[in-house]
Amino acid sequence: MKIHEYQAKELFKTYNIPIPAGGVAFNSDEAQKIAKDIAPFPVVVKAQIHAGGRGKGGGVKLAGSMKEVATIAIDIIGMNLITHQTGPQGKLVQKVLVEQGLNIAKELYLSIIPDRATGKIVVMASEAGGMDIEEVAAKTPEKIIKVYIDPLMNIQPYHSRQVAFGLNLSPVVIKPFVSMLTHLYHLFVDYDCSLVEIHPLVITEKDTVIALDAKVDFDDNALFRHKDILEYRDVDEEDPLEVEASKFNLNYIKLDGNVGNMVNGAGLAMATMDIIKLAGAEPANFLDVGGGASAEMVENGLRIMLSDENVKGILINIFGGILRCDILAEGVVKAAEKTGITVPVVIRMEGTNVEEGRKILTESGLNLITAADMKDAAQKVAAFVKNDE
Amino acid sequence: MSIFVDNNTRLLVQGVTGKEGQFHTRQCMAYGTHVVAGVTPGKGGQKMDGVPVFNTVKEAVADTGANCSMIFVPPAFAADAIMEAADAGVDLVVAITEGIPVMDMMKVKHYLTGSKSRLIGPNCPGIITPGQCKVGIMPGPIHRPGGPVGVVSRSGTLTYEVVHQLTLQGIGQTTCIGIGGDPVNGTNFIDCLDAFEQDPETTGIVMVGEIGGTAEEEASEFITGHVTKPIVGFIAGLTAPPGRRMGHAGAIISGSSGTAQGKIDAMKASGIHICENLGTFGELCREIFT
Repeated sequence: MKIHEYQAKELFKTYNIPIPAGGVAFNSDEAQKIAKDIAPFPVVVKAQIHAGGRGKGGGVKLAGSMKEVATIAIDIIGMNLITHQTGPQGKLVQKVLVEQGLNIAKELYLSIIPDRATGKIVVMASEAGGMDIEEVAAKTPEKIIKVYIDPLMNIQPYHSRQVAFGLNLSPVVIKPFVSMLTHLYHLFVDYDCSLVEIHPLVITEKDTVIALDAKVDFDDNALFRHKDILEYRDVDEEDPLEVEASKFNLNYIKLDGNVGNMVNGAGLAMATMDIIKLAGAEPANFLDVGGGASAEMVENGLRIMLSDENVKGILINIFGGILRCDILAEGVVKAAEKTGITVPVVIRMEGTNVEEGRKILTESGLNLITAADMKDAAQKVAAFVKNDE
Repeated sequence: MSIFVDNNTRLLVQGVTGKEGQFHTRQCMAYGTHVVAGVTPGKGGQKMDGVPVFNTVKEAVADTGANCSMIFVPPAFAADAIMEAADAGVDLVVAITEGIPVMDMMKVKHYLTGSKSRLIGPNCPGIITPGQCKVGIMPGPIHRPGGPVGVVSRSGTLTYEVVHQLTLQGIGQTTCIGIGGDPVNGTNFIDCLDAFEQDPETTGIVMVGEIGGTAEEEASEFITGHVTKPIVGFIAGLTAPPGRRMGHAGAIISGSSGTAQGKIDAMKASGIHICENLGTFGELCREIFT
């Protein structure tokens, strides 16, 4: 799960990680009130959306007076912000973070993530904080410090010192930096984060360490033990169909094509999308109904796919294991009766109870097209959407 | 021959009295697996279809000589269950549970370092030696006993798909293993490739991967110089959208690896026959393996 920068900074505050003075505003009046509280000028007005690259997209501006705060807030709130992470459609900005401007001496990069390969927690840092950090990592990997921490051992002061000295910090900064990193690590572990990233972490002219930015993502599988974090969820930042799908535990991602597809299992779902493309069509979504889907989940999955108006044909590909083919067939029939399927549906089923499943589909009297195997299914559905164009 | 499980496997099931646990324990028994014990804390002394249920794994092992555990415990308690099995000295732990927090699995992984227990999964379909022993949730009838092909996969239903296509071509399997799709797991591609290379009855290997992580790239490096048997590979996710990424940190840690194309290139470079169209997987296997 993703949260906003201002929410991440609230968490930072509770862990004694220094952040600039500031607050979140939903309109220009609120923005001016915060600016007044944190004066002197300049202050920074930052769009709050769940995507990076906000500065380059025009979503972060410096204000030198109250009048500027007012006009910038009006400009940014309500704007459609397009960055390299939002996609071409952009995201509507509904709130801004108004923060104290700082006198920056040095900009650093700092992040913590789980490393899949070693099963350890890795702290990554770089002195090249002001630059495009991915380019730095690709071209000059020696400029990225990586310190791996055994999750059973937790962070020790020497880990933090390795990072601090690696960043060539001046002696007076070492101590506050070590303290900050230790707190950050504990936040990461306590809240089951999948990412904590500060880009940039700044050293001010007065030798203080401050998190100028804050990005925190959480492991969805661990949210059951962090009910407080669920309060931070902002469904306005998510695709409405994806929000609807999540209510039924369906893993749905909307895409740009016109072939809806519903599959059990993420790997088979991706392979199904690949084969749709090989057949000359474009998938409209990724929809994994999971291993243990019920008839109700199948029904809701179909309904959600059909509510995407780009969908001109549907491919259902189920390899029955835990999800039995007869359960799938019942769900399809129910959904068809309730919603009235208006586009061609190609079904390919194999595995547990496949004969019973086929029987239910045949006896339903619905106009469903069955396919012998994956290749056949993809070709059939691709032919339908092509004829439609 | 086979790898990891066979006729001598004595299975215990953790979470045996739950809905899923019960259903799949019965399926495994019907397939011929020797299910010797179940474990559900608080239900010791009961029986499930004649299988004795114990409160702890230690008791179950002492009483029945179980050497393999299959885990159906819910995600919040699954890490504990895996460690309990390892602590009781179970040789092979197969964790089916989906949705275990990454932090829990990182702790489990380090706990298992130096232990004699092998973990398969979590979030996996399990392992089957067709005709002998099924420890998992895969549909038994799609498999064909007798080899000669070993299957290792990160996926669940995608594994069923490739196994089914092998069987339709008349190609049997020695052992099929789903290592699971979670970021942090137990047994990896390299462990399985190494075991298949050592197994005299396995003469060819199928390797199925998907986008994310660097497991396929690492396996490809291992293959060069260590694996002589022919391998047919497939990677899912060639058309998956590149978005949905984690800040910059994900890209920094994995570089250009992790993409389907990067994996396919690495696998081709190590001599793996890559199947580009899953619809023709069985045909390619027939060409390479027979």
